[in-house]
Amino acid sequence: MPTRTTDVPLATDASGRFLPWLVALMVYLAAISLTAGMAMQKIILRWDQGLAGRVTIQMPPKSPGETEAEAASRHDRVLQILRSTPGVRSAEALDPDDIADLLEPWLGEHILNQDLPLPILVAVSVERSTPPDLPKLAVKLNEVSPGVVVDDHQRWLGDLLDLARTVETISALVVLAVGLSAAITIIFVTRTGLSIHRQVIDLLHLIGAQDSYIARQFQNHAARLGLRGGVVGLVLAGLSLLLVDHLLARNQSALLPSLSLTVWEWLILALLPVATAAVAMITARITVTHNLARLP
Amino acid sequence: MVRFEDVAMRYGTGPEILRDVTFSLDPGSFHFVTGPSGAGKSSLLKLLYLAHRPSEGRISLFGRDIAGLKRSEIALMRRRIGVVFQDFRLLPHLSALDNVALPLRVSGQPDDKVDQNVCELLTWVGLADHLHASPDTLSGGQQQRIAIARAVIGRPSLLIADEPTGNVDDRIAIRLLYLFEELNKLGTTVVIATHNESLVHRFSHAALRIDECTVKVITPQPRIEAASGQGSAA
Repeated sequence: MPTRTTDVPLATDASGRFLPWLVALMVYLAAISLTAGMAMQKIILRWDQGLAGRVTIQMPPKSPGETEAEAASRHDRVLQILRSTPGVRSAEALDPDDIADLLEPWLGEHILNQDLPLPILVAVSVERSTPPDLPKLAVKLNEVSPGVVVDDHQRWLGDLLDLARTVETISALVVLAVGLSAAITIIFVTRTGLSIHRQVIDLLHLIGAQDSYIARQFQNHAARLGLRGGVVGLVLAGLSLLLVDHLLARNQSALLPSLSLTVWEWLILALLPVATAAVAMITARITVTHNLARLP
Repeated sequence: MVRFEDVAMRYGTGPEILRDVTFSLDPGSFHFVTGPSGAGKSSLLKLLYLAHRPSEGRISLFGRDIAGLKRSEIALMRRRIGVVFQDFRLLPHLSALDNVALPLRVSGQPDDKVDQNVCELLTWVGLADHLHASPDTLSGGQQQRIAIARAVIGRPSLLIADEPTGNVDDRIAIRLLYLFEELNKLGTTVVIATHNESLVHRFSHAALRIDECTVKVITPQPRIEAASGQGSAA
């Protein structure tokens, strides 16, 4: 006994079997790409906030013609100027041992033990709302200690932010390309469906079906397939992200992004299947309506 | 009801199938469309049930020129026309009930009302035991009754049948014609294409005779009555 589902038997088409997998793959790529974009956004925020209000002062070490006391006096004067400058919250010279520890992975213990002259680094915290005039400060510091470098990290940070924003843009383009590919695929599948079921459509047309009635059958079918494929793709992407996050957590690094998503970010990802179903539905409707307009 | 004025029709860029066709059908009338095989009977019917547009001339249905109608208005006009196709055009993936219900469903009638009306009609045409059967599992005669039921379920103002007696014996053909006459008496305008001249002579109705691409209106001859099958329906 045949059971009525739709007047146009789209469920029996071959497209119904392959389309959800194709959509699943697209949503998988979109989800991964979107997560990469969101992770880069978090990195940008972290770097930006982490370095905001921080300045590093680099003072030359003791010169050959300088006594220890003279060098210490010079360093003290620099610190005094810094601490008395309006807008500076704190200025602390880093411990030489800590600096050596930081450089050890790059230069090696052997070289550091050979009395390699290391610059004195001063970590300066400045008011974010009323920061000091750094170029003027640099001039002032150079008067008491020639060779002082004032680094507000903007050049380094700027390059990294540019890179992060490029990755973010690429991920947005990937999501857009995936959406476009989904729409093109739906157009192809819908046209194939129209061709396969031409006689049924002609009949519906002749007994008085409005174009919207016929289009509704195609759009609902496309939305169902899109949603089914989207959910499969999202689940696979979620599992992949959890796995990658687990691997990243084992190799903790300040540079690598964390893929631990917040509830809101998971909700954004969960919208992907819904968005895919909506794109499929609208595309199918437009395609069918456009094609039916050619009928008498 | 129906008015053709200097209508011509061709498929694509092919030769004219019909030309200079002018006639009108009054509401509640009964007409046969006759002519030799390939004369253009089905083409004339296609113009009547709006499956094809004329290449020339003007067609008015239910008092409106079809050339000026919007797509949505054409769909509404088609709902006033019931068609029995020569090849039935039943949908094999739907049950007999759902096939007959199609015109009601496309016009947006609620399912419970649709099912009730369709069951009554299918019972009337003797298919009460086959409501949920697939058309493919039914005989040619049963399929034909489903096709007729689908054409009349929406109580059309104009009923068009293309060779409805083509696949049945004379006894069934006569019963079918009586069924169409019953519908005609209820006010439905009926147009039936047939190549069966004996049927046309038997039932005294006007005919649109297609000959050499043109249509001539033939006035009805006195009815030849026969005992067999009279007064019964399919």
